[in-house]
Amino acid sequence: MVENMELLAPGHRACPGCGTAIATRLILKATGKDVIVVTSTGCLETFTSPYGQSAWEVPWIHSLFENGAAVASGVKEALKAKGNNHTKVVVISGDGGSFDIGFGAISGMFERGHDITYICYDNEAYMNTGVQRSSSTPYAATTTTTPAGVASYGKLEPKKDMPSIALAHGIQYVATASICYPQDLIRKVKKAISINGPKYIQVHVPCCIGWGFDPSETIEVGRLAVETGLVPIYSIEKGKPMEVRKVSDRKPVEAYLKKQNRFKHLFKGEEYKEVVAQLQKICDDNFEYFGLAK
Amino acid sequence: MKLTVGAVVKAGTSKVNKTGNWRSFRPVVNKDLCNGCGICTFFCPDSSIQITEKKSNINYDYCKGCGICAKECPQGAIKMEEERT
Ligand SMILES: Cc1ncc(C[n+]2csc(CCOP(=O)(O)OP(=O)(O)O)c2C)c(N)n1
Ligand code: SF4
Ligand code: SF4
Ligand SMILES: [Mg+2]
Repeated sequence: MVENMELLAPGHRACPGCGTAIATRLILKATGKDVIVVTSTGCLETFTSPYGQSAWEVPWIHSLFENGAAVASGVKEALKAKGNNHTKVVVISGDGGSFDIGFGAISGMFERGHDITYICYDNEAYMNTGVQRSSSTPYAATTTTTPAGVASYGKLEPKKDMPSIALAHGIQYVATASICYPQDLIRKVKKAISINGPKYIQVHVPCCIGWGFDPSETIEVGRLAVETGLVPIYSIEKGKPMEVRKVSDRKPVEAYLKKQNRFKHLFKGEEYKEVVAQLQKICDDNFEYFGLAK
Repeated sequence: MKLTVGAVVKAGTSKVNKTGNWRSFRPVVNKDLCNGCGICTFFCPDSSIQITEKKSNINYDYCKGCGICAKECPQGAIKMEEERT
């Protein structure tokens, strides 16, 4: 059974409890061995490739921080030139490499219609370089470049809606997923690689170091993100209605925020009640827009 | 170490790093409670759990002791114990 296949070797140097490592293991269970993976600079690239070693059991190439989708396009073209029409090309890159610096390369790859599955592991900041904000960082989270303090409550801007931007390119398949629902994630990756053309999957991956929680709570925190409605899980195949993962046990946004140091400044006194209400409103709007209620 | 053309390295060579020595708490499986459902195997970041003979088996050479498996086991079959060496 494919699900028993272990294509990310141990001995990698991810922090204990790393959600990104869990995501990668699950993604590789879905792709199997006939794949070439491209990863932009970031935690995943760093912890899987200590000098002279590799944790990958499949062919893998490290691009630059900014050009994962462009390198993947080149890999696809090389496969074509060799007459190989079976090997899948999959990008697994961080939110910084996807939402920010690699954005133009992704848009180009989508526009050219390359047969590539682009997967963003979304830990909501630049973790490898010490927790700087990205355009994926949620509203009001403290990071080293959006520090909460007397002058600010953290990041002032909301998270960028990358899946909608991907959809606007008219690509074949767009999905969000979470490591907390492994079968759903595996199913979505299998679906994506079975479709010809560009695909985008965004996987929510808690990071205990950057978000500030105990390593044992990676799955618990990720599940709360979904159960509060802050992170909606859905998929859209071109020309078909959206499929939504319903939330059966809805939680207030505080249940998620209070678990993490990156939001703890919001609960010191009454000052940031409005900010918390704003975050609750994002969840409420998601419940409404995606029809998350069971 | 000498780099090859393209800086190519062999698959799976990270296995030389026995990350088990990062651990300060050790997950211990109670085989009477474990029903072999395999949920822990999906959630281990360090590819350190396998189901063998319908029971969860932990590879202490690489397990970093994060505690996710103990927290997520629906049977409560895994307990974290202080590492003593
Ligand atoms: C052009 C360029 N600018 C900056 C860097 C430094 N850098 C390396 S990784 C990284 C952040 C990666 O963030 P993300 O893509 O979210 O991955 P994560 O580390 O969070 O897994 C940065 C800024 C770089 N390698 N290249
Ligand atoms: S900083 Fe976060 S994403 Fe990076 S290796 Fe550690 S836990 Fe994983
Ligand atoms: S404690 Fe963490 S690293 Fe060790 S077996 Fe459990 S999930 Fe894997
Ligand atoms: Mg990141």
